[in-house]
Amino acid sequence: MTLVVGKRVAMIAVIDYNAGNVQSVLFALERLGAPAILTGDHAQIRAAEKVIFPGVGEASTTMHFLRERGLDEVIKSLTQPTLGICVGMQLLCAHSEENDTPCLGVIPQRVKKFVPVNGEKVPHMGWNSLSRCADEIFTPELSGEYVYYVHSYYVEEGPYTSALSEYTLPFSAGLHKDNFYATQFHVEKSGKVGEMILRNFLSL
Amino acid sequence: MLAKRIIPCLDIKDGRTVKGVNFVNLRDAGDPVELGAAYSEKGADELVFLDITATHEKRKTMSELARSIARHLNIPFTIGGGITSIDDADAMLAAGADKVSINSAAVRRPGLIDELALNFGNQFVVLAVDARQIDGEWIVHLNGGRIATEIRLFDWVKEAESRGAGEILFTSMDHDGTKAGFALEATAHISELLSIPVIASGGAGNMEHFYDVFTAGKADAGLAASIFHFNEIAIPDLKGYLKEKNVVVR
Repeated sequence: MTLVVGKRVAMIAVIDYNAGNVQSVLFALERLGAPAILTGDHAQIRAAEKVIFPGVGEASTTMHFLRERGLDEVIKSLTQPTLGICVGMQLLCAHSEENDTPCLGVIPQRVKKFVPVNGEKVPHMGWNSLSRCADEIFTPELSGEYVYYVHSYYVEEGPYTSALSEYTLPFSAGLHKDNFYATQFHVEKSGKVGEMILRNFLSL
Repeated sequence: MLAKRIIPCLDIKDGRTVKGVNFVNLRDAGDPVELGAAYSEKGADELVFLDITATHEKRKTMSELARSIARHLNIPFTIGGGITSIDDADAMLAAGADKVSINSAAVRRPGLIDELALNFGNQFVVLAVDARQIDGEWIVHLNGGRIATEIRLFDWVKEAESRGAGEILFTSMDHDGTKAGFALEATAHISELLSIPVIASGGAGNMEHFYDVFTAGKADAGLAASIFHFNEIAIPDLKGYLKEKNVVVR
């Protein structure tokens, strides 16, 4: 399926790796008039104009699955705008504390587990606000808006942080390095704010 | 800051919402998807759909419903009612549901919680529990509160957490329908006992009740049905009220 964005013909590939709720991502794209293909095919992913790497699941199992199918190398070599969501974002990093898992290493940051400091619950579940929004998909007016999170692991604030949220400590709501973008929250479930961020990504 | 969540609950039978719904500007208030979208538009943070249909075709109709909701709604939702196996839950996940709620089936076979958590992750499993006080002790009830067990509420929620439940939806049958406020002490006790979020349900009658359940009741989310359906409390007003009282809401 294709979508006309401006005068170009774009194709969006959502990486199919058997991880949780990809249907929600497909539906969110459909609502934005940007139907996508769900695919694990290397050539299709490489040829797409944009790639979405969704994720719900456990880090080591997911990395294993990606390696088995050679998708780890495919993802690392992508040059088109690529969006990691939730565990997808964590796997773009260098290492996750979740079962001590070496990840893709696209973004040199580490994934850690939340440690409650004041009786906070883990997973961090629900709507939390964004701050310091600072790239093309996290436009400045999004600071203060709420997005929907479900996660137990987080990426610390660092040089590639493109937006922040706070839960026990400030953490990366988003990451951005070169053509790789990422959201820790579920952009596909984050109401109108999520739609705006997705739309920003689609119009890169 | 993490916001407290406001969750309307919709009962569904044969694909239609039950309990009268008094919404203006709705083409079809009996359509769960349209009603859900209206709540989403008004600022509901999440939705719970409970399917009370009892047919052999249930899994199919429920998964069609979940698919239709997921296609049209841009906020998270939980679907429950008769989920008793991995296959039931898998059908809901594939259809696009964010979470499933399990209640009596988990009491009858606690291993269901472990199975669902292992296969789909803790965040997918909402353990719903109905309880009422008998001789000063909170006791778990089955089948919508009609059948008493010998299981103590606080033991059960602790066990559910250790088996992998990601969230507790606690309904006090003593408070449900009274509009006199939530079961604050029991909710607070569950919240302190566990390290997973607690959704309080039963008893909401006015906006202050939500303030109370988020403060004294230590709940992470408040759920209600009729007061939202009959527009006795409008969600934007409720959010405005809570904001004024310094409760963090979206």
